[in-house]
Amino acid sequence: MPVSLLWAVDVRGRVYRLSTGGQQWEQCHDAKLEFKRVTAATQCCWGIACDHNIYLNVHASDLSIRYQEETYENQRWNPVDGFSERLLPSDRWQWSDATGLVHQPLDGFDLPSGGWEWEADWHADENFEAVPTEKAGWTYAMDFPATYTKDKKWNSCVRRRRWLRYRRYKARDSWAKIPSEQSALPDPVSDISCGGWEISEEPRGRLSLWAVSLQGKVWYREGIQHHNPEGSSWTEVPVPGEVVQISCGPGELVWAVLWEGQLVVREGIGRDCPSGTAWTVVDSPSTVGATGVAVGVNVVWAVTKDNKVWFRRGVNSHNPCGTGWIGMVGEMIMVNVGLNDQVWALGSAERGLYQRQGVTASELSGKAWRALSAPRDSERSHSSASTSSLHSAGCFFTGEVRGQSAASDADSDIERERAASGGSPVPATSDAHVGDPGHTPDPALDNTPLPPLAYLGDDAPPPNARSVPKVTSDSFISELLSDRPGAGGPSAAGLPAQEEDGQPGPPPPPTTTSSSSAPAPGLSASQSRGPLWSNVDLEETQSQPDPVAEGAPGWVGPDRADTCSLSSVVTYSLALEEEPYGEDGPPMWAWVSGGGCAVDSHSQLSWFSGPGATGALVQPVQSMSLSVSPGQTAAWHQQILEQLGQRSKREMENFKHYEQAVEQSVWVKKGTMQWWRDWKPHKWVDVRFALEQFSGPDGNKDGILFLYYNFNEEKKYLHAFVNEVTIFVPVLNDSKHTFAIYTAERTKQRWPIRLAASTELEMHDWLALLSVSCCDSRGITGPPSKQAVWSVTCRGDVFVSEPSPALEALPYPTPCEQMFWRQVGGHLRLVEGNSVGVVWGIGYDHTAWVHTGGYGGGIFQGLASSTDNIYTQTDVKSVYIYENQRWNPVSGYTNRGLPTDRYMWSDASGLHECTKTHTTTPSPHWTWVSDWAVDYGVSEGTDREGWQYAADFPASYHGYKTLKDFVRRRRWARKCKLTTTGPWQEVPPIALSDVSILPCAAQSSVEVVPLWAISNKGDVLCRLGVTTLTPAGSSWLHVGTDQAFKSVSIGGASQVWAIARDGSAFFRGSVSTCNPAGECWYHIPSPPKQKLKQVSVGRTSICAVDENGNLWYRKDVTPSYPQGSSWEHISDNVRKVSVGPLDQVWIIADKVQGSHGLSCGTVCHRLGVQPLDPKGQSWDYGIGGGWDHVSIRGNSMDPPRICLPSLTDQSVPARGVPHPAHDPEGANGSAGGC
Amino acid sequence: MADDKDVLRDVWFGRIPTCFALYQDEVTEKEAEPFYLLLPRVSYLTLVTDKVKKHFLKAVKPEDVEEMWFEYEGTPLKWHYPIGVLFDLHALNTALPWSITVHFKNFPERDLLHCLSNSVIEAHFMSCIKEADALKHKSQVINDMQKKDHKQLWMGLQNDKFDQFWAMNRKLMEYPTEEGGFRYIPFRIYQTMSDRPFIQKLFRPTSPEGHTHTLGDLLKEMYPAAIAHDGDAKKYQVLIQGIEPLLETPLQWLSEHLSHPDNFLHVCILPVPTD
Repeated sequence: MPVSLLWAVDVRGRVYRLSTGGQQWEQCHDAKLEFKRVTAATQCCWGIACDHNIYLNVHASDLSIRYQEETYENQRWNPVDGFSERLLPSDRWQWSDATGLVHQPLDGFDLPSGGWEWEADWHADENFEAVPTEKAGWTYAMDFPATYTKDKKWNSCVRRRRWLRYRRYKARDSWAKIPSEQSALPDPVSDISCGGWEISEEPRGRLSLWAVSLQGKVWYREGIQHHNPEGSSWTEVPVPGEVVQISCGPGELVWAVLWEGQLVVREGIGRDCPSGTAWTVVDSPSTVGATGVAVGVNVVWAVTKDNKVWFRRGVNSHNPCGTGWIGMVGEMIMVNVGLNDQVWALGSAERGLYQRQGVTASELSGKAWRALSAPRDSERSHSSASTSSLHSAGCFFTGEVRGQSAASDADSDIERERAASGGSPVPATSDAHVGDPGHTPDPALDNTPLPPLAYLGDDAPPPNARSVPKVTSDSFISELLSDRPGAGGPSAAGLPAQEEDGQPGPPPPPTTTSSSSAPAPGLSASQSRGPLWSNVDLEETQSQPDPVAEGAPGWVGPDRADTCSLSSVVTYSLALEEEPYGEDGPPMWAWVSGGGCAVDSHSQLSWFSGPGATGALVQPVQSMSLSVSPGQTAAWHQQILEQLGQRSKREMENFKHYEQAVEQSVWVKKGTMQWWRDWKPHKWVDVRFALEQFSGPDGNKDGILFLYYNFNEEKKYLHAFVNEVTIFVPVLNDSKHTFAIYTAERTKQRWPIRLAASTELEMHDWLALLSVSCCDSRGITGPPSKQAVWSVTCRGDVFVSEPSPALEALPYPTPCEQMFWRQVGGHLRLVEGNSVGVVWGIGYDHTAWVHTGGYGGGIFQGLASSTDNIYTQTDVKSVYIYENQRWNPVSGYTNRGLPTDRYMWSDASGLHECTKTHTTTPSPHWTWVSDWAVDYGVSEGTDREGWQYAADFPASYHGYKTLKDFVRRRRWARKCKLTTTGPWQEVPPIALSDVSILPCAAQSSVEVVPLWAISNKGDVLCRLGVTTLTPAGSSWLHVGTDQAFKSVSIGGASQVWAIARDGSAFFRGSVSTCNPAGECWYHIPSPPKQKLKQVSVGRTSICAVDENGNLWYRKDVTPSYPQGSSWEHISDNVRKVSVGPLDQVWIIADKVQGSHGLSCGTVCHRLGVQPLDPKGQSWDYGIGGGWDHVSIRGNSMDPPRICLPSLTDQSVPARGVPHPAHDPEGANGSAGGC
Repeated sequence: MADDKDVLRDVWFGRIPTCFALYQDEVTEKEAEPFYLLLPRVSYLTLVTDKVKKHFLKAVKPEDVEEMWFEYEGTPLKWHYPIGVLFDLHALNTALPWSITVHFKNFPERDLLHCLSNSVIEAHFMSCIKEADALKHKSQVINDMQKKDHKQLWMGLQNDKFDQFWAMNRKLMEYPTEEGGFRYIPFRIYQTMSDRPFIQKLFRPTSPEGHTHTLGDLLKEMYPAAIAHDGDAKKYQVLIQGIEPLLETPLQWLSEHLSHPDNFLHVCILPVPTD
């Protein structure tokens, strides 16, 4: 599981992060600021600092945030100057955007904020539509605006070229202030919440950020996305009342709390309208009114003033308001809902942090609260300060100008200046102050309520009087306040607190203040008076800073703290903090945000104390098998191994000639199964199935498989020798648990034995047993070798084959169909390895995995699996169905089609009915994890409701409606998830779509192995720190590109080739050990009229596959001219290619015809490849029918010199049994290969 | 690093070289050659001695043949203890091969159970497994198994099929992760110096506070004398499967890896040989 972070703010305003992989809170040291609140997403965290400004902390990642600015240079031809910048008056600007309407000179581009930096200077884009222009990027046309071509013609009167410049977001892992726009956000922000990332995946990194101002207004931040993490502007969202707190879930849920204690629900939020359209009011759960709300994907939690916690029943995407409240156990001052609808809360009494246990999709309300006990990292550092004050109250008064005073003067001056000049626009604060009178007298003294007002009036507040707010946490403050209200003016009392919080406007009474925190008076009861005092100070102090901060962007917390002259501050920091919330005690939290914390009810976290904690140790092993696998290096373990060894020596060594008491004999396992009778009438028939195992004369185990069936009343059987079987492979089938058995002969014929077990468990038992039996008979044990050939079926099953030395022998290599494949646990879409044993895989959900060196897992347990390097693996993929509609003149588009039409709910082909209720997961081991949702990500584009239109079924669809369209369809997607185990460990956090590892041998275990990858967004990445000892590497290096890429491969001599999304190829220059990312891209045009989709680079050979299934070889590649000269056609009918370290060429062929059947997706080997004939002669067909991927890049074994056809003992016949989809009958294709 | 699977294999394939000799008084027909055999430590005497019987029957008058039984240095050997336990208990510190005397007469009714067919051994073995699972899982695992699964366990033992046996026995060794171990550890402690056949009590793999119990903890509770105190010379050997694990070895691990096929951890406590 990738590491993610839980964010929290303690009562002193310090921001802490707790990693799911860690055990203690780490302070965000970057932040010299004190914060009031934070709200986290996976990729970033937003916060409100005490200066009431909003800050953004974007997590550093290996993937840089890069934005391409572009502008066009336009020129017109005239007889005198030729092409020149002199344009006609009616022409566009000389520098403009693509449309010509906007004037865009090169120097007119500014960085959007201080968080950005330019990567380099402007340069002209030399390519035009993926083809180099060779004319400095100029494209020609007859006139503006028109169609541009790269060729200059006689009538080309105008030309233009594109200039590019990249800017990079540099403010990562630090708090970047979001520039405040005076006009847009007139009053300070008091609450903030981000979410909405599940509403739409496009544009990438899109977030919704909602903010609440002190005056109770609600603002929505526009334009936040990956390329613009800070967003662009604030838009006010009218609200029916004054809001104190807001919560935005990952999906469409947004709830807010009003001053009066009711809640409002935002409606109409969707892909096209992420800020929604209207509010609906929902009553508070109880009479006391709500103070806080937190929403997730499908849940709403609330807290009321009496600290009660409530769960909203019946909330779902159709009914964001839910149906009713359920009271929950526990007293909390705030709740927050994080990823996976996990719930975090702060206890009302001790301000400890709790996680809700047992929250699952089926039980969203969870079971119980559990306190986090992780310590903070910095416990010690602050403690010294604390000594000073036992008597907080006393200190408070005296403290005024203590230690800091000297500095404070200076500061105060600054403040003054700022205040004066900036004209602080913070009326809200002042109001709040007004409220202060309610405060206890003590505090009142310090910060006379009046000052604020005065401040407003004359703009020059006495800085000294108001100090900096040390305490950020609103909740905390409010809590304190709440006590008071009873005594003083109720409403007034609360106010100050709120301000600090950045809570809603002044007008409403104070109590409502911090929705987040439980402001309720009851809470405060627990607090002692002493501490309260101090708090009071805080309040006061804070009020002022706000205004100041507003005006002064550079103003940062730390300064203030030191500077602020007010006594209160000083006292606070010294006396208050330490005493009541001594560092040694548990942390007191003010706010928590789980929006970036990817845990679920099964996560094993070492955040808790008590017996549960031990569970974490056992966890990784849990699912696999028997052993607890304790530290195998422990002394007692060593001792046992040693003594067992001695025992064997003592008791057996000298007596080997003795007869064994028990003779080995035959062992039979029987069962019943269904067998696909592959002759007419084709059908599943019940058969008895038996495996007989015995020890051969030489001690090797062997076995025979029997399959007994009845034919015409006659008993018959099929059999197969276990040592001739080349593969047992699970087959994709949505209703039966099927697998296939191949031998070399059956691979040739494309005619596997296909069997179905009655339950998944039974199939897995058999597969594991058969596989072990097969491995035994071939003497194969332990993990795959470094030379292993890896392949993946379309079911996501991973197979590995040990190559025989003669696999690449000339002229008679080991026939491909004899390769023996064994399954390795895990679920992957592709696997790439190299000859030193570094192996990576990518899942269907684009997660990157690295091979741990183990074997087994998944269905292989116990003896067929290694124990200490098997981990849980999950994968997620989407299932798609189509909703089809036909237009009729009466009612428009409806779901009533013509009788001849396809099903109104169907698969992509329209041939099979697929309804929402009856569509199942691809196989029983997938489970649904989401609901059906319209999929807008269809390549042809869709309209706002996801529809695609066409004249008729089936036809080409487009994403807009025209008069000629009579039918439309839209795609629905539903995610399903699979959980298994295997020798794979996740490499977070970047999702990948392709990966390639230098295939050639490394000299030592510490030598770095170059590894390149493409992220699922098309970024090109280079992994650093990969060695045989650390195959996962350490970090990504982002390689800049002008467009998104889809395939990459690195071969001998560090040649890196890549394919861009537009189908053209690129060669990366100057890649070397010292310069692992190389220097620049060279554009390589694709073969004429073809779009390339995948590339593989061997020792010297470069092969690429295009979208029409053609395999191309790059000619004339030499060390001095690594780009080569042209593409040469090798073959059609190719889906994927893998070129190995010997320049051997292996592919996945589209279709291969055998004597009994056709197989799609077949592993094939190019024969006759040799240095003088790198293209080879013909194909040899191996295992096939449902194979998606093969990697030959580990096999660097030179074939024996004298190559006789060789009886490679290891290589046994291989048969793969992939897919169900291709029944023999379905064979309508032609033989594969060329 | 060795895998713990290797431990299972080593345990399973432990063999004791044995020399069977017919009891002098019973030799009648002709001198019977001693019979040498490698006995599996984890099996039962009567289960693996068909060859022995066949061999010696040739030397005995048919009318004198009664039920075969074994004796070592005057002690009748209880067939219902695993062979390894018998060896560790009676003959550990003697020279190999282990010399066992074969009898066909005068069955010691007071000391031994009759064993007229393998089905008796099977019944005994299965009852042990069931008892062990009752301790480990409240019998849930064994009861969930089908008849053929039980058969597989027995056949695995009878035919010395490690894979066959462990394919099934694996399930008996599982436990819910959150519990950190079995409910109780099935163990039996044997000693030569006592009349009690063995000690067997309820003992959990972890303490109520969540600490892992070790072999030492078990002995402290069941047989404190076996633990040498600081400074004292070691008085007792504590043997499991013929080896002496360190006292800090976690009991749960021992139970999973060093148990006999009957799922019990058989612990032998012997006085340290004086010589």
